[in-house]
Amino acid sequence: MIISIASGKGGTGKTTVATNLAFSLGKNVQIMDCDVEEPNSHLFLKPEIRERQAVIAPIPLINEFKCSYCKKCMEICRFGAIAVVGKKIITFPELCHSCGGCMAVCPEDAILENDRELGEIETGSIGDISFIHGRLKVGQVMSPPIIKKIRTLADKQMVNIIDAPPGTSCPVIAAMKGADFVLLVTEPTPFGLHDLTLAVETIKILNIPHGIVINRAGLGNNDVKEYAKKEGIPILMEIPFDKKIAQVYSRGELIVEKIPEYKDKFLDLFDQIKNLVNNLAKSPVKDIADKGAATK
Amino acid sequence: MRELVILSGKGGTGKTSLTAAFASFSSDMILCDADVDAADLHLLMAPDIQQKTDFQGGNEAIINPDKCTRCGLCIELCRFDAVKSTFEIDPIECEGCGVCYDLCPEKAIDFPVTTCGEWYISDTRFGPMVHARLGIAQENSGRLVALVRQEARKIVQKNKIDLILTDGPPGIGCPVIASMGQANAILIVAEPTISGIHDLARLAQLAAHFKIPAIVCVNKYDLNLDQTKAIKDLAKEKNITFAGVIPFDKNFTESMIQGKNIIETYENSQASIAVRKIWEKVMAQPAMNIERLI
Repeated sequence: MIISIASGKGGTGKTTVATNLAFSLGKNVQIMDCDVEEPNSHLFLKPEIRERQAVIAPIPLINEFKCSYCKKCMEICRFGAIAVVGKKIITFPELCHSCGGCMAVCPEDAILENDRELGEIETGSIGDISFIHGRLKVGQVMSPPIIKKIRTLADKQMVNIIDAPPGTSCPVIAAMKGADFVLLVTEPTPFGLHDLTLAVETIKILNIPHGIVINRAGLGNNDVKEYAKKEGIPILMEIPFDKKIAQVYSRGELIVEKIPEYKDKFLDLFDQIKNLVNNLAKSPVKDIADKGAATK
Repeated sequence: MRELVILSGKGGTGKTSLTAAFASFSSDMILCDADVDAADLHLLMAPDIQQKTDFQGGNEAIINPDKCTRCGLCIELCRFDAVKSTFEIDPIECEGCGVCYDLCPEKAIDFPVTTCGEWYISDTRFGPMVHARLGIAQENSGRLVALVRQEARKIVQKNKIDLILTDGPPGIGCPVIASMGQANAILIVAEPTISGIHDLARLAQLAAHFKIPAIVCVNKYDLNLDQTKAIKDLAKEKNITFAGVIPFDKNFTESMIQGKNIIETYENSQASIAVRKIWEKVMAQPAMNIERLI
């Protein structure tokens, strides 16, 4: 099972929910931190990292001895990553999307591919909890390939918990697509609600069952609850607005370790998710087959 | 022309609340919401939209089944696995590279321009504002960020405005890089948590990479004094100006509910006084007093 934890708005508590949920389950669980621009899960789980691999993407390497400066590569590149001026050809690796168009179109066979490092993936564990996270190299822009690479490491025998990045664009899609369930973490404020509605619209496009966790409950107003009721989205958990919890978080500690009664609450959250996913699997919805295909 | 971009690395540290509060301190500025993915500044600004324009963000391949001979070349060429075995394109996976469109031997693929969002020029009680809304599940947020900032510059040039105040996106990736090029400085809003420091350090590294001066302030500093001190120490070590601290204040949320900034609602609160001090310190920085060419 894959549970993706997302939010729209940043700083609502995605990492808090992902790490505490994983720690409460304790075994047969894998955390996959897909917020590769700013990964934080490791700060709370403190995993022992055993393997590190670079995530690379191909960029064109021009053989100027073969190049006839025909400009076909420049014309096919929609990202402005190749410029041919007279008898000079320049590539801009940071603009390259690694589509391979230049290499496919070159009539002189003058383009080879070179590797560019986008970032890295580290794997390890905390006790019986498996741990994976990715990290975008500072200055690089292409985070989706790193997220997609992390996603290939999902283990079907385990509960895979994805800590998604904020927002609603390509990196978020890469972190949610093909998940069995999306857990939306929000806060009961106007910003929280506004960005929650954007996240819900995104999930509707992907057609994934979803539920809400309200973090900092008690702050702000009641509009998130009214919205959830109107949309028929279940609220699965509320974490109160509590200075003690905020301080535990600020020190990089887990709530379930410092305030043990939360462990049952996170286990209850997991049971609710499991029931929602299983009930859906029992009903003959055609999308499940599509979703299975998308997972691989 | 000068531009200050408010960023944070980590989301939810108070970028938008602070940007909105700063708007109260300058009478000669334009607001720019560069968080096009999950824009929130308009919730505090009640913008009166004067101009609305589609954002033509890219192209998307579509296979014409009448012309397609199912030769499979597009499947072979597509690096994004966007061509399904049924010879249909998955619009979510399509990167818009056009390789299939250009190389299909049957010319069976169309490549129409797609509308990926909208952008707006509005009036607010503080002055003009340029903002946008990226379509749900769309790509090219970086390009839309660049567009919004470029449109703000056009208005600045036409109306001789002194300052662009830009509310940036979280993270350190594509939209963040697009939000900070050519800025006078970035102000990083940090929170005194282990993760806040981690994310601040990566953003500071990014700013240094692109040679943009960085200034840092701490929001909710009283949540953890040790971490606040750690941020101060980090700033000193990295040679980043430390502009001050803001206490935790429920009135930020209270103001948000009223659709206002904290200076409008609680001008004499500790938080408001702290925000004003930070503003004064930021605007006094040498980096903020260099005229940028448009």
